Amino acid sequence: MALSFPIYLDNHATTRVDPRVLEAMLPYFTEHYGNAASRNHVFGWQAEEAVENAREQVRTLIGAKSPKEIIFTSGATESNNLAIKGVAYQYREKGNHIITVKTEHKAVLETCKRLEREGFEVSYIDVNKQGQVEPDDVRKAIRDKTILVSVMLCNNEIGTIQPIAEIGKITRERGVLFHTDAVQGLGRTFFDVEAMNVDLASFSAHKIYGPKGIGALYVRRNRPRVRLTPIIDGGGHEHGMRSGTLNVPGIVGFGKACAILKEEMHEENERLRMLRNRLREKLFSALEMIHLNGAEDPWRHPGNLHVSFSFVEGEALMMGIKEIAVSSGSACTSASLEPSHVLRALGVDPELAHSSIRFGIGRFNTLEEIDYVAEAVIREVNRLREMSPLYELYKEGIDYRTIQWISH
Amino acid sequence: MAYSSKVIDHYQNPRNVGTLDKDDPNVGNGLVGAPACGDVMRLQIKVNPETEVIEDAKFKTYGCGSAIASSSLATEWIKGKTIDEALKIKNTDIVRELNLPPVKIHCSVLAEDAIKSAIADYRRKQALLRAKRKEEATIQSDSSEARDNKMPKENNSVQSKS
Repeated sequence: MALSFPIYLDNHATTRVDPRVLEAMLPYFTEHYGNAASRNHVFGWQAEEAVENAREQVRTLIGAKSPKEIIFTSGATESNNLAIKGVAYQYREKGNHIITVKTEHKAVLETCKRLEREGFEVSYIDVNKQGQVEPDDVRKAIRDKTILVSVMLCNNEIGTIQPIAEIGKITRERGVLFHTDAVQGLGRTFFDVEAMNVDLASFSAHKIYGPKGIGALYVRRNRPRVRLTPIIDGGGHEHGMRSGTLNVPGIVGFGKACAILKEEMHEENERLRMLRNRLREKLFSALEMIHLNGAEDPWRHPGNLHVSFSFVEGEALMMGIKEIAVSSGSACTSASLEPSHVLRALGVDPELAHSSIRFGIGRFNTLEEIDYVAEAVIREVNRLREMSPLYELYKEGIDYRTIQWISH
Repeated sequence: MAYSSKVIDHYQNPRNVGTLDKDDPNVGNGLVGAPACGDVMRLQIKVNPETEVIEDAKFKTYGCGSAIASSSLATEWIKGKTIDEALKIKNTDIVRELNLPPVKIHCSVLAEDAIKSAIADYRRKQALLRAKRKEEATIQSDSSEARDNKMPKENNSVQSKS
């Protein structure tokens, strides 16, 4: 197959809508445009039926007992906010302590920081060098006043998968609610809210080849029944947990994306893993001084390859392979000019954080693309190293860490 | 963020990448930035000590495209200038020439620092060289007298400590 440019290798940021998803959505813009809350005419009934069908598709994928446990939201940021703030405000009388992890997404960390300003206490647990939480650290962090533990299923930067089942066992034992941000891991690793004792889980459609602007929160209804204080007030949609007219085309697309994953995930993950390993082998056999960030399989997202190329700055490398869309942990690529908090939590050397690239391989990538990317990255890393003073020091046998640098 | 065509040009075709002999007394080395901050620039100048004209300039940079472009442009600008002229280059001149956005202004600051640092190193080396020559001249003129009455050792070590 002929290559077409640019090549998209940033599937952790977002994914292309699967044509099958788009096809399922289209009638709900133009023909069945009813409001799912209109109970008295056919337009409303059609919309409601479509929404309930999608709810069932989401339920099936995550192993929930009832479709009523699926609350549609605008996306995972809202789901994370609703889960954490909703539990915090609802169970304030019971306790004011929340446990989360340093490598969580900003939607979780910033929500926790706001709660801290409001008087809640939050413990941010460390991870090991591969980015994993020790379940025992969660156990030790639980206090009498702990009301919620929030640990993501799969990290969006380094692709590390967390031991959710083990943590779920602990939280269930201790009677603490357990939330997981399951956005990146959904369909990429085994996930089942019943088997893993998960009480709340956040999802996003656009990471699984569905549309942007739609997501869901799983809220357990039985043993225990989780109650949430809503953060959006209004007409009382979604059992009062999330008011606002339902995004029917989005929900239909989300449901379809889940149904496709359910059907194809095993085969697809094998393919992603093969492509990722091919890219990894090519890069590691051609280049010296490069480092894998994150964990090995089976604790790694099958489409994730996160690599630090010593002596080469990430943004400069991205500029050299501009026909390829990837992401970097470099400060220069973020709005805040701060290097990635995830890499810092892993204890990655700051220089290596600046030198990192995230390759996110997805459903629509081909073998030819992977081979092209490997070749382009190798060529550009070598070119940039030739103009890197750090590489020259390395070649002279000098460790740049021994030099007294004057930062500005 | 889109890069200006001038940044892209310098990034793709960097001028004066390379290394000069850092032990040459006519070569000034400027090494600024820090790996932990994501940018390190090394700028070297070879100066004619008679005319103080920068006859050659080389750079190597670890950093983003704008940092590479800023240092490449800096070498291009200082070549052929006297060191006093080179010291007049301001980071704002680099920002203007490369159309750097606000988040990349620090790259131009680093390039200005690199020029200043290389010139300072050259001047320091030249001053040392002059001092050494003067010392050698004194020693030479003194040597006929000094040969017969060596300085006491104790005294010598105290002097070198001060």
